[in-house]
Amino acid sequence: MSHTIAEKILKEHSSLKEISPGQFVDCDIDMIMVHEQLGGRIHLEYNKLGIDYIWDPDKVFFILDHWVPPPTISSAQMHQDARKFAEKYKITHNYGHQLDKGICHQVLPEMGFARPGMLIVGSDSHTTTYGAFNCLSTGIGATDVSVVFATGKLWFKVPESIKINLRGHFEKGVMAKDFILSLIGDISTKGALYKSLEFHGDGAKNLSIDSRMTITNMVVEAGAKFGIFLPDDRLKEWLAKRTSKQYRNVVPDEKAEYEQELSYELSEITPTVAKPSNPGNIAKVEEIEGIEIDQAFLGSCTNGRIEDLRIAAKILEGNKIHPKVRMIVTPASKEIYLQALKEGLLEIFLRANAIVTNSTCGACIGGHLGVLGPDEVCISSTNRNFKGRMGDPTSEIYLASPATVAASAINGSIKDPRGLI
Amino acid sequence: MDLIKGYAYILGDDISTDDIVPSHTLTMRDSNEMVKHTLEFIDPYFSKNVDRGNIIFAGENFGTGSSREEAVHVFKLLGVKAVVARSFARIYFRNLINNGIPAISLNWDLNQVAKEDVIEISLLKGLIINKSQNSTFNFEKIPEFLMDILENGGVINQLKKILK
Ligand code: SF4
Repeated sequence: MSHTIAEKILKEHSSLKEISPGQFVDCDIDMIMVHEQLGGRIHLEYNKLGIDYIWDPDKVFFILDHWVPPPTISSAQMHQDARKFAEKYKITHNYGHQLDKGICHQVLPEMGFARPGMLIVGSDSHTTTYGAFNCLSTGIGATDVSVVFATGKLWFKVPESIKINLRGHFEKGVMAKDFILSLIGDISTKGALYKSLEFHGDGAKNLSIDSRMTITNMVVEAGAKFGIFLPDDRLKEWLAKRTSKQYRNVVPDEKAEYEQELSYELSEITPTVAKPSNPGNIAKVEEIEGIEIDQAFLGSCTNGRIEDLRIAAKILEGNKIHPKVRMIVTPASKEIYLQALKEGLLEIFLRANAIVTNSTCGACIGGHLGVLGPDEVCISSTNRNFKGRMGDPTSEIYLASPATVAASAINGSIKDPRGLI
Repeated sequence: MDLIKGYAYILGDDISTDDIVPSHTLTMRDSNEMVKHTLEFIDPYFSKNVDRGNIIFAGENFGTGSSREEAVHVFKLLGVKAVVARSFARIYFRNLINNGIPAISLNWDLNQVAKEDVIEISLLKGLIINKSQNSTFNFEKIPEFLMDILENGGVINQLKKILK
């Protein structure tokens, strides 16, 4: 039988000789990522099991990122609970004390833990991000984490796959974020429910790893279980710098069956936003230009990477942020922070009057370092704009690309970045 | 676990886990404090009146967004007995079952169920009876291995037995 990438990886991690969409399979997990949730619900659930071991402490990656460094006493206590658990169960990849590292979905791949062919789960819905590395990855809740901790296994329903053919290049000022928002607009927030999105074509090969991560990060906003890219030389090069571990590339069979096929010419994508208060509420930037903003946020696991900071710095260089706007720049990891420092990007941000913070989820989850007040409007490079997500429930969030965020920060209102680059 | 009796509570499409458990409550260490904020941006009285609305009827993509299991845990603490939705976000679906709360997929609409309608559900028959409107619905039964998790009152209890 012919298989998609998702079918192949699930099959290889099960004891079955053949599988097909709709079937339930038990799979061995290669790696599990946990963050603050370990100190939130996970440790409470796991303690109920009354066992004193984790199936394989070498396959657990633990990092703290959401409230880093802790802005409140209760978040500090959450961190303590999480660390206590990690020490008790001797988790090998324990970064619970290294609060300088950055956001889980950036740091885990940077350290070479996401490799082709792997099956990875995490206590966070944006665990889908690692699909950029030709592995299968998805988010799970606290009790499912407990199941994996205890047994190393988890059940999956084999998903149908949707093939997405990408062609060409983006025009100047247009980014992967504009594409993924357009896709969500086209298929809706439930368009890929339970499904695996597979990205094909020359257009996919033309995308940087950073851009691919932006796309796989947000496939979950279309409901998808997995989002996955094919392996290529660009990925090989990226991995060579980060891991010496062996891996096996996974490509779909020629006759693999897809539930649906969609095609996009990347040069036809234009700057796109998600209006309040749902990631599926899509509009073109040119249709909504002029909406005044109070805050511009550049960061998160969606768009806090070096290419994002570069394009924003390019737009901001020699300019000042609008006097009524505060701009917050949060690099997604320390590695990115250091690179931006080396390239002089941080100086450009600071001279433009932006605030540069340490690497954390921070404003994305309304936790700290950029919480919105009543009725405030924010243009944000993040992935969710639900009511109250970044602060007060009356505040409004427009999701956009880093280029649109930077252009809008200078302008004081939402602005198309094309023409500024 | 078969017969479930309760009262309907109505919610729309794309209700997110941020709606159910707002981010600002996530670091609260006292669950009893957290439950008071359940669905607060949509209905500040939800947690107070939950006894008259303990079977949720929701639209598409229920539980979209963050994987935070607190969004199921608060329902469990408040005594929500089942969630019926036109469709579920996948992590939320798993979280419901894993906590012993039936997740039922059903194409229903606002003409068929109203707030506080008296509802009876038979999981084994795949049948919902709306006593207030004298109507019935059939739904696709929950697969056996998921029913087993529900019968055990959640995946943690089930796992405890297996590990013994
Ligand atoms: S940056 Fe935002 S979306 Fe990403 S993991 Fe952190 S809170 Fe979640």
